[in-house]
Amino acid sequence: MKQTITVLGAVAAAMIATSASAGTLEDVQKRGSLSCGVSTGLPGFSLQDEKGNWTGLDVDTCRAVAAAVLGDANKVRFVPLTAKERFTALQSGEIDMLSRNTTWTHTRDTSLGLNFAGVNYYDGQGFLVQKALGVKSALELDGASVCIQAGTTTELNLADYFREHGMKYSAVVFDTSDQTREGFEAARCDILTSDQSQLYAIRSKLGNPDSAMVLPEVISKEPLGPVVRQGDDAWFNIVKWTLMAQINAEEMGVTSANADQMAAGTNPGVKRLLGTEGDAGAKLGLSADWALNAVKQVGNYAEMFDRNVGPNTPLAISRGLNAQWNKGGILYAPPVR
Amino acid sequence: MADPERTQSKTAIWNDPTFRSIAFQVIAAVLIVGSIWYLFDNTMTNMERRGITTGFGFLGETSGFGILMSLIEYDETHTYGRTFLVGLLNTLLVSFLGIIAATILGFILGVARLSHNWLIAKIATVYVEVLRNLPLLLQIFFWYIAVLQTLPHPRQSFNFADSFFLNARGFYVPGPVPESGFGIVMLLFFAAIVATVFLARWAHKRQDQTGQQFPVFWSGVGLIIVVPLVVFYLLGAPMSFDYPALRGFNFQGGITIIPELIALWLALTMYTAAFIGEIVRAGIQGVSHGQTEAAHALGLRHGPTLRLVIIPQAMRIIIPPLTSQYLNLAKNSSLATAIGYPDLVGVFMGTTLNQTGQAVEIVAMTMAVYLTMSLSISAFMNWFNKRMALVER
Repeated sequence: MKQTITVLGAVAAAMIATSASAGTLEDVQKRGSLSCGVSTGLPGFSLQDEKGNWTGLDVDTCRAVAAAVLGDANKVRFVPLTAKERFTALQSGEIDMLSRNTTWTHTRDTSLGLNFAGVNYYDGQGFLVQKALGVKSALELDGASVCIQAGTTTELNLADYFREHGMKYSAVVFDTSDQTREGFEAARCDILTSDQSQLYAIRSKLGNPDSAMVLPEVISKEPLGPVVRQGDDAWFNIVKWTLMAQINAEEMGVTSANADQMAAGTNPGVKRLLGTEGDAGAKLGLSADWALNAVKQVGNYAEMFDRNVGPNTPLAISRGLNAQWNKGGILYAPPVR
Repeated sequence: MADPERTQSKTAIWNDPTFRSIAFQVIAAVLIVGSIWYLFDNTMTNMERRGITTGFGFLGETSGFGILMSLIEYDETHTYGRTFLVGLLNTLLVSFLGIIAATILGFILGVARLSHNWLIAKIATVYVEVLRNLPLLLQIFFWYIAVLQTLPHPRQSFNFADSFFLNARGFYVPGPVPESGFGIVMLLFFAAIVATVFLARWAHKRQDQTGQQFPVFWSGVGLIIVVPLVVFYLLGAPMSFDYPALRGFNFQGGITIIPELIALWLALTMYTAAFIGEIVRAGIQGVSHGQTEAAHALGLRHGPTLRLVIIPQAMRIIIPPLTSQYLNLAKNSSLATAIGYPDLVGVFMGTTLNQTGQAVEIVAMTMAVYLTMSLSISAFMNWFNKRMALVER
């Protein structure tokens, strides 16, 4: 019911709003806080603890933007959204940016009036199965019931994959990630499909995590990243370059601990990034220390990754594709110059 | 005759009541049409400026996703237009089943509350007071999560005579497969229904004229059930059954009734029946006791009194609020999306909206569907109400 209301509200907002608000940056600065759409609860990406604090990779992406724009990573208002609500909320201006494990696809980029501002996690779709079934490969899944979350690219990939391999399935579609997990635990379905990162997160929340396993097949490309409204290029640049700054910071060895020191150091590339040389901040319409604030308060990409999804977290995901380009991954940020 | 005095002191035009009433209506109409046009135009302009695709072209595109339950042929190669139909039919199915069952249960409850049997009356009272005071969404979750999801895994299904199976994924029943000759049985069945209608009319007329009664009910049963059944066996029972069997992960074959449908149907039925029970009780109590006494004085027994005197008068009180309950049930069926029953809101306003991103069109279509559905129920019930209304002779 709640999401229906949100969608309706957003549609109503789209009908009444007089014109597309041109300057998201000015709006955010005037308001003094960043409104950021996140998931309703996905460990490692965006999850609210019992004290009301949000944590996760997507949450940190929001915080970094707030640090760059407002100088304070805590000036963020998080808006939890289901997969179905997210785009309407962004289109209608209810949020300033969406950072909600959202896959960058052609349709979404071209027909929704939105722009993807980069990739903060390279993912792929996989399957979670009960070990008791004795299934070792996704190709043995003919006739299976599949639990899936509504309004995701996974619904389409699943259909494609089963069609490609001439297999049948029945999709049991739930609204939220938690309902999907409950359906899986209650044996409503044989397998649960989602992005691999989410599968590990969901598995960690199962009553008995060891009873389920993630199958080796990855059936799709799922580049996840922050999204902004189309037509506000200044804001688009800010979100894009804040993420790039964090990735560049990792590559250059700048961390939250040594950022001040490095800014005062001698490396010209680092100094340009951290604002002690050049005018990278001014070109974005921000203060010179935009990237310094983001890195100092939130950390570089590696810190963000390790804190939320890395090997020492319950999710225990290795860097894999998400390592720097010179360390076997595909993370490659354009230079700040 | 015009009075010369009055025509001379002609009132100013804005004080003329006829002019005023027309003028205000025109102004109101212009304002309403104008604001609707403003909203529409503004929406289109805004969406175009933000680069959001508009229009209904998406209905012809391939959907690419599967739907759990469909009354018509559907797979992921069909179009978004088809997903609309699938969702619509699923909504209609659960609304229809719910209305039928809630009406039956509601009437039983209403009569039971007035029962002279203390236990029956109290049970009905407790039922009504509990069920109508719990939020519907909670009841849906109760049936789905607390009852149906605790059923066993398919491999440990409850097995009834190797042909009915019940597990966490649904209720599996044998599916009938008609063979050659079954058409004759169906034809006879429908012919019998028509014949019974005519028989009833003839019997009614004869009773009006001669006062003689005819056992319409039992002869109707004989015509509709016994005759086709006899022919069915004479033809050598031209029907086989497709039994569900555990193949691979799930039961295949037969008919699957998904737990989402069962949960939603049970919750909608039991919730609405509590309200209908109260409406029926009020309707019956609304008929003055003198009517019963008069009927008894005329020598009518208790059954015919209820059937011929009390119920027809009570119906006049019952039908208008009953219509509201039907409308509520149909609209409440959209809570389906909470448990993943693929109704119109879940399939069309959910997945289809998200895959195409065309919120305005899809929300408008969905609203139009619910409006049409509600107005149709309302129109039918108004027609029925007119038929049941007291005819003055």
